Amino acid sequence: MPVLSAQSDLEALSLTFVTEHAAPIERVWQLWADPRRLERWWGPPEWPATVTAHDFTVGGRVSYHMTGPAGEVSAAWMRVTEIDAPWHVRFDEGFSHDDGTDNPAMPAGECDVRFEALDDHRTRMTVVFSYASVDDLDLVTRMGMIEGFSSAAGQIESVLAG
Amino acid sequence: MVVRMATMSDGDVDAIFHALADATRRDIVARVIEREQSVSSLAAAYAMSFAAVQKHVAVLERASLVVKQRRGREQIVHADPATLERARLLLERLETLWRHRAAAIDRVLAEDPET
Repeated sequence: MPVLSAQSDLEALSLTFVTEHAAPIERVWQLWADPRRLERWWGPPEWPATVTAHDFTVGGRVSYHMTGPAGEVSAAWMRVTEIDAPWHVRFDEGFSHDDGTDNPAMPAGECDVRFEALDDHRTRMTVVFSYASVDDLDLVTRMGMIEGFSSAAGQIESVLAG
Repeated sequence: MVVRMATMSDGDVDAIFHALADATRRDIVARVIEREQSVSSLAAAYAMSFAAVQKHVAVLERASLVVKQRRGREQIVHADPATLERARLLLERLETLWRHRAAAIDRVLAEDPET
């Protein structure tokens, strides 16, 4: 497993994820910076992501939707607030209405991603997610894609444990 | 909810408090889960000012981990185990999603030609 540590902070309502990948920093960066690569890993199993807009500059917006097994669609966005390729990107994220405009009634969170070259072919990635309230976090994880995903994740874990 | 909290294993409770970053705040939550307390009795337990303890309580209150109620001249603090438990479960779900994403990243890296 590429996950080195996963630490949640109940008080700050944040989750810090540290992973390590056997690839140079530039290739790991491209997983975020290239929309065709991003959509290959962002969506949970059975909820493939489709990136429809991808402006990876400060103030730029990334729009995407995920399509569930029954054809249900969940649309969301990210807005880049800081970027320093290939080491750092920070963005706000939230959900969208069906027509692609922001849905301010839905929770928004913040995500900070740092990349570190351990050597020429190993990269460490640290992702910090934070939410303003438990209700926001609740809504985020209640989204259909995560419900659908939980069962699949359970299967993966039982396979790994077996 | 308090009863349910009390029936959780030591490991579960430890895991919850492990997540609390500040030692004093962690201690405050532990104390008020055991029984509700006034801010002044909490303040008496620490080598810091009443105002400093009040600030810690305010941070916990903002995170909905404790609830503060005025009772006469006292401010009573009690834990909100429902929120603690809910937040813990939600963070766990988000963590599961990220474990999947990390594995998917490695798949994409393995599939892509080296460029």
